[in-house]
Amino acid sequence: MTERLPGFATLAIHAGAQPDPTTGARNTPIYQTTSFVFNDADHAASLFGLQAFGNIYTRIGNPTTAVLEERVAALEGGTAALAVASGHAAQVTALQQLLRPGDEFIAARKLYGGSINQFTHAFKSFGWNVVWADPDDISTFESAVTPRTKAIFIESIANPSGSVTDIEAISAVARKAGVPLIVDNTLASPYLIRPIDHGADIVLHSMTKFLGGHGNSIGGIIVDAGTFDWSRDNKYPVLSEPRPEYHGIKLQETFGNFAFAIACRVLGLRDLGAAISPFNSFLILTGIETLPLRMQKHCENAKAVAEWLSAHPAVASVNYAGLAGNRYNNLARKYAPKGAGALFTFTLKGGYDAGVNLVSNLRLFSHLANIGDTRSLVIHPASTTHSQLDDAQKIQAGAGPDLVRLSIGLEDKEDIIADLDQALRQ
Amino acid sequence: MNHDTYDDNYIRGILNGVKTIAMVGASPVNVRPSYFAFKYLAQRGYDMIPVNPGQVGKSLVGKPFVASLRDIGRPIDMVDIFRNSSVALSLVEEALTLDPLPKVIWMQLGVRNDEAAAKAEAAGLKVVMNRCPKIEYGRLSSEISWMGVNSRTLSSKRAPIPTQGMRLSLNRVSFGGGDTSAADRAAQGKKDPT
Ligand SMILES: Cc1ncc(COP(=O)(O)O)c(C=O)c1O
Repeated sequence: MTERLPGFATLAIHAGAQPDPTTGARNTPIYQTTSFVFNDADHAASLFGLQAFGNIYTRIGNPTTAVLEERVAALEGGTAALAVASGHAAQVTALQQLLRPGDEFIAARKLYGGSINQFTHAFKSFGWNVVWADPDDISTFESAVTPRTKAIFIESIANPSGSVTDIEAISAVARKAGVPLIVDNTLASPYLIRPIDHGADIVLHSMTKFLGGHGNSIGGIIVDAGTFDWSRDNKYPVLSEPRPEYHGIKLQETFGNFAFAIACRVLGLRDLGAAISPFNSFLILTGIETLPLRMQKHCENAKAVAEWLSAHPAVASVNYAGLAGNRYNNLARKYAPKGAGALFTFTLKGGYDAGVNLVSNLRLFSHLANIGDTRSLVIHPASTTHSQLDDAQKIQAGAGPDLVRLSIGLEDKEDIIADLDQALRQ
Repeated sequence: MNHDTYDDNYIRGILNGVKTIAMVGASPVNVRPSYFAFKYLAQRGYDMIPVNPGQVGKSLVGKPFVASLRDIGRPIDMVDIFRNSSVALSLVEEALTLDPLPKVIWMQLGVRNDEAAAKAEAAGLKVVMNRCPKIEYGRLSSEISWMGVNSRTLSSKRAPIPTQGMRLSLNRVSFGGGDTSAADRAAQGKKDPT
């Protein structure tokens, strides 16, 4: 007999969690402890040698965090996950398992500005060389592939432009090149897009945004799809060769289709150290329980606001993939049929000054550098998140000087629209 | 029977039903996957027998090695094959000479031999290929969740307190059918998985 498989909303509440063994506590407890006692010397040795499953030290793993990891792995359809201190920590921890000094990775030009900075400066100093490609022209990914390419990195829905990426087309390039496709799924969340279903090998999130959803905790996560064969051509020795720090264990051979997540934990997190606090894991877990409801409402509100702005005389253009006629509308229908997300940009006929005025006149929207909150948020990327980029890079990243980014919250949509209305009148 | 994916109930039935497991190709080297799996299954209460002709005279976590399945001299429920796919057929043929017959042939992660599987199934044995019993046990009991691994199961019952040597409940609701195809692809052209 084949069992009935639970749906997304059930997984968002239950996956990974189970009443506490000692107290029976139904909600996941916050295991606010640095360390865990061993049963005996042999148990300790088994844990350190990766022979047994279990807890050692919260830098490497924690029971509250493990519930979060399993839950996100389940929602994304992956084999395992590793939660870390931030979205940026997820990026460096994941790429550290794949790249050696002198290696390259291809990244979509349309990315969160902080990721462009991280790749351009910090990663360059590690000898990891980013090669930029244009997600609107797949051939630029193909022509960027060299024998040193170790990964391809894209965002499913790009920040700040809100454009939808053709994940399957770029996955085909990655397959042909024999490298994993890494998808930052922060803006979509697994409720709107499950990149693994479209060929992603690794999925990353800044859980700071929609997974947590309440603007209260920084966190990141790495999901292993279990789809990539790391041993095929010796390109990924971290996974295929004996690890000296673990007495010669070969990670893929030992851990099979969740070896990448294990490598990120027992090498990346252990050595780079960007562990998430159990308290943040707890808050994000609580947020995930309502992810389906929140994403539905985010999308409904965003579409209503985008439609209203499109008809406003002061507005030059609205870039929301959920609108008919938008350049990314077909991709949005294919990849995100439940909705194109909460984030979009628009430009004002009054240019840079009108953008700055709008931001200062809004009363309900908060002017800040985050997205994916219950609250509606606004920012002028050119003067904030993307200010370190030069003008050409700003435009390429979808953050031109006249552009305003909104992250639509869960307030009544009439109130959100009324706030924009009064601010645009001033 | 389809050997690309397995229903959780099928795996659960096997792991709940067998008691005595002969592991062919068990290694005494404590960083090899076979050593990990052997020790783990012994701690979970299975009666484990290491089979490796090169190690006779030594023992593995206190259990003496035997040279072949025929040398075990008592009934076994399951043969766990930790050897190259190409020798799986001759190992199944050897297992089919045992009296009583074992109930299950399990081929380890990376090991798959469809001809051997067909032969065992024709004799009424259950077969699992390209899976690790340690990982499956950890997954179905959710113990593996401590490593952030997706157990693909749910439970609203109080979790058992983990102690050494206990048998964990494998009885959880499943939410994912089988495995991904990566392990299968990785299995192509693999050498001895011990
Ligand atoms: C798409 C995307 N990826 C990654 C990050 C970085 O995440 P964190 O701020 O949690 O380090 C952000 C943050 O804005 C983001 O929007």
